[in-house]
Amino acid sequence: MPDSRDIHRSRSRRITKALVAPTAVALAGLLLTGCGAKDDASTEGSNAASCVDTSKDSIKIGSLHSLSGTMAISEVTVANSTKLAVDQINAAGGVMGKKIDLVLEDGASDPKTFAEKAEKLVSSDCVAAVFGGWTSSSRKAMKPKFESLNSLLYYPVQYEGLEDSKNIFYTGATTNQQIIPALDYLKQKGIKSLYLVGSDYVFPQTANREIKAYAAANGIEIKGEDYTPLGSTDFSTIVNKVRNAKAGAVFNTLNGDSNVAFFREYTNAGLKAADMPVVSVSIAEEEVAGIGAQNIAGQLTAWNYYQTVDSPVNKKFVADYKAAFGADKPTSDPMEAAYASVYLWKNTVEKAKSFKVADIQAAADGVTFDAPEGLVTVDGSNHHITKTARIGEIRPDGLIYTVWDSGKAVTPDPYLKSYEWAKGLK
Amino acid sequence: MDVLVGQLFTGLSLGSILLLAALGLSLTFGQMGVINMAHGEFIMAGCYTTYVVQKVISSAGVSLVVSLLIGFLVGGLLGAALEMGLIRWMYDRPLDTLLVTFGVGLVLQQAARDIFGAPAKNVLAPEWLSGGVTIMGAVVPKTRIFILVLAVVAVTTLATVLKTTPLGRRIRAVVQNRGLAETSGVSSRLTDISTFFIGSGLAGVAGVALTLIGSTSPTIGQSYLIDAFLVVVIGGLGQIKGTVIAAFALGLLNSYIEYSTTASIAKVIVFVIIVIVLQVRPQGLFTVRTRSLA
Repeated sequence: MPDSRDIHRSRSRRITKALVAPTAVALAGLLLTGCGAKDDASTEGSNAASCVDTSKDSIKIGSLHSLSGTMAISEVTVANSTKLAVDQINAAGGVMGKKIDLVLEDGASDPKTFAEKAEKLVSSDCVAAVFGGWTSSSRKAMKPKFESLNSLLYYPVQYEGLEDSKNIFYTGATTNQQIIPALDYLKQKGIKSLYLVGSDYVFPQTANREIKAYAAANGIEIKGEDYTPLGSTDFSTIVNKVRNAKAGAVFNTLNGDSNVAFFREYTNAGLKAADMPVVSVSIAEEEVAGIGAQNIAGQLTAWNYYQTVDSPVNKKFVADYKAAFGADKPTSDPMEAAYASVYLWKNTVEKAKSFKVADIQAAADGVTFDAPEGLVTVDGSNHHITKTARIGEIRPDGLIYTVWDSGKAVTPDPYLKSYEWAKGLK
Repeated sequence: MDVLVGQLFTGLSLGSILLLAALGLSLTFGQMGVINMAHGEFIMAGCYTTYVVQKVISSAGVSLVVSLLIGFLVGGLLGAALEMGLIRWMYDRPLDTLLVTFGVGLVLQQAARDIFGAPAKNVLAPEWLSGGVTIMGAVVPKTRIFILVLAVVAVTTLATVLKTTPLGRRIRAVVQNRGLAETSGVSSRLTDISTFFIGSGLAGVAGVALTLIGSTSPTIGQSYLIDAFLVVVIGGLGQIKGTVIAAFALGLLNSYIEYSTTASIAKVIVFVIIVIVLQVRPQGLFTVRTRSLA
């Protein structure tokens, strides 16, 4: 009987031999195809060669959202809206004469998956840009990938600010375009105290730090602060705490399905918008349907866009979306931002006359798009865009109506440099 | 005082939800030894049943009652199908049932997403369940009281069925000693299927109840599955009494700890307590006393 180690060694030798030949062939193949008519991206500052193929009649871009898991409730619609913009651009002749080829990926509500899929889209699908992400955790997970691969991400959701990257375009609101206007609105309405409820991750934690700094500077008392795990569905204890705290308003940074359970509990416990309004920053038209308009009517939201925004551009956007995805499907803020993202990318590419990352970065400043929310402009210094701030009230018909707006587009200030009270926030 | 009372009711209601979610598991896992990871998706099936029934019957009150019956049937049929299609080949192989049913759960989740879409669906609560009642200074939502009553009814019905009916006697016989039961003329196949039908049907009922407080979305079942398993393990396998006590104990523990700390910390503390309890009593709080040699 041979020594088992011998068997093992000879087997591994055989396996090694069997692997060498195909690997060599594959490597040779890679080397040969590697120097075809590919975009040469060995530009300054980039430490990874781009494999974007600009020789064909079409150009690939990626869509990366949670099509499954707890965030799917919000992100599927954003992926739809990206597709709508792509289809429209294609129907109108494409970008610089090329049709857009959309590669769809599922981030599965998991930051690690987002990072892996982002790498796949950039490195093996060779897309020119990626449109995706919703949670801050997903963005934080993808950021290093886009930076090391030197590719572009268009991120369409409002977030907590305090970030910028030359590889990310932030087309959702930063704090001074959403949260601070909401706080200003509450203060102006005479609200003296707040209760903070949020999901336990990056965005709510950071947003609440900023809210606490604002409150401290503006004489607003914070009665309590509670976080629940993402996807949590039991809010009876938190609602008890909120009721006993008797705050002037609740600031809600919950995300995803948790909102359904929270508002059901809130209403069932007899709390009303008239006594203690809840201001939400992550509930859009699509979520209202799931929560049930009767459970949330009268409550406030802070966003930059509502389906009810009265403008010809928006009427066309809403009509086009309903025609493509169903007459009962509402449009929402992140969907609008995702839609605008694709057009902003197109306008930037056409201004730069190039699909190269460095050229797009150089050309980005001042690029505009007449979006459904109003005219938006890219700020080249921090890759955010100007946005109109709007406070909305949810009505029983399930739609959100503007009760206050900033009048003009607010300049993005992700690090809150223009606010004295924000010194020391990191 | 009203905080204590408020949290008492919160704890009881959390306990009753845990109980509803775990009751079916205490049959299929506790008594039959099948680790059914698709139990959460049977709960989800109950939620969607309520949604579909409400589309047909517009009166929320009537549709809720009808849903309880149909939800039991839908959950039960899914369970029976799972038993006949897959689980029957792998009794006594609990780890295999874990993997297989986990896969089935994922398939069911995706099926729900394909049929109903990813966003949560809104299920209306009946008018007579809206708002709350004030008990000793604390406001208790009526939906929670309804779920508490439902849980009590479900437990007593199940206990009565197991104790007094021929089917119940057959189930207990097969659980205690499969070989001897078969020799005595009990069809263990039929009994296995019926047990699975009842256990999964109870998951469907739990799903109907959950539409009153949670979101009707493809992932709803997952949020309750782990807790349900904990309840069954803590209570002791095969013990309805243990399941009831464990469910309410965990519910109350969680609500009081959460009030004085935070949701995340409460979860950790409850987990630590569970680990300690299982160190002292690995078999759970209660155990089956059986004369079988198995």
